[in-house]
Amino acid sequence: MRELTMCLAIPVLIKSIEGKEAEVEIGGITRRISLWLTPEAKVGDYVLVHTGYAINVLDQGQAEETLALLREIAEAEGAG
Amino acid sequence: MKYISEFRRSELAEGLISHIRHSSKTRARFMEFCGGHTVTIFRYGIRQVLPETIEMVSGPGCPICVTANADLDKAIALAKIPNVIVATFGDMLKVPGSRSSLQQAKAEGAEVYTVYSTMDALKAAQDNPDKSVVFLGIGFETTAPTVAASILQAGEKGLKNYYVLSLHKLCPPVIRALLEAGEVELQGLVCPGHVSTIIGSHPWEFIASDYGIPCVVSGFEPLDILQTVDMLVEQVEKGESKVEIAYKRGVNPEGNQQALRLMERVFEPAPARWRGIGEVAESGLRLREKYKSFDAEANFELKPGPTVEAAGCICGDILRGVRTPSDCKLFGKTCTPESPVGPCMVSTEGSCSACYLYGEGLGG
Repeated sequence: MRELTMCLAIPVLIKSIEGKEAEVEIGGITRRISLWLTPEAKVGDYVLVHTGYAINVLDQGQAEETLALLREIAEAEGAG
Repeated sequence: MKYISEFRRSELAEGLISHIRHSSKTRARFMEFCGGHTVTIFRYGIRQVLPETIEMVSGPGCPICVTANADLDKAIALAKIPNVIVATFGDMLKVPGSRSSLQQAKAEGAEVYTVYSTMDALKAAQDNPDKSVVFLGIGFETTAPTVAASILQAGEKGLKNYYVLSLHKLCPPVIRALLEAGEVELQGLVCPGHVSTIIGSHPWEFIASDYGIPCVVSGFEPLDILQTVDMLVEQVEKGESKVEIAYKRGVNPEGNQQALRLMERVFEPAPARWRGIGEVAESGLRLREKYKSFDAEANFELKPGPTVEAAGCICGDILRGVRTPSDCKLFGKTCTPESPVGPCMVSTEGSCSACYLYGEGLGG
């Protein structure tokens, strides 16, 4: 149960929101998480979930930029 | 965007490893503070693919491991009080205190609930109005806001039987304490990712400016760790020391303001006891006066008895990065995940557990 480790947070997709709670799918199981710490989260956002709370909304633009940078490094190094 | 598999792609890992090998000329020791990073490093064999110039050491960033025996004893004493339900994350159950563990207390009849979230603990309080539910507040800045939120929710719901034993710990003050002690010399720090999601990257600035140590905030996938090492190497080779973020999809420099506000509202800094390190000023959190009615420490009389440390266990030294699991005579013999002597073997984020489970890294 990696989910129970203390500093672990996993990316999950928000399927619906009701008040300060959202429905998400974790490993094929539908779960309710709290949005107390991320009131800005919207349906369709990926959030990092830690012990049942979304702790931030993942930044897709930044993720793409990071991957683009890593691809550049790989190409320059002749890897892949 | 596939946030997990994209950050495990082998061809991108090869590129980073090759780049690190080409650019690293100077010998450097990097500490990964966070236990989650230790797990990624062991699980993916990252130490083995790094050049000989780079040494990785594990730090004290495992909340369960750093919980002092005196505090564990308090949690166990709470569980033994009639009509008290102790709610805690699963990892805590097997950790041995001075004389017992929560698991042993449970076997002897204490009510100990394993919960995934403080929301489950709140529900237990609602479902058991005749009993007191005490949530064990273990964890760093990542977890403390969720516990603050639970106290505010308990207030909103008018729950009078929900309490928190706050054993929370703060990362920047303990890193300062480690660097001040000067036992371990570092040329770079892999800063904890999800702690930084909450507090941002600014709180690490003093490490770069006062101690001249490069800092990079890392995520938890193998590419995140490799990119972080690559960025640390670049700073080392250029003779720089600054704070950078590799984990930009999950961390911004300012952190999560809402989480910080909730934490600030409910908690105030207090001294905290760290296993192997001792008491560090302002490195813990206690409930503010306004929320004392939720404070287990203020509402229950706890007599845990004298603290006893396990003979031969060197978890304290391992947490300070001055010794490794292979230096421990108990490792893999009398101390295993099934029958742990020290907390570093219990917690899935502990160095000993990671070392044992992934069978590598012995010798540091």
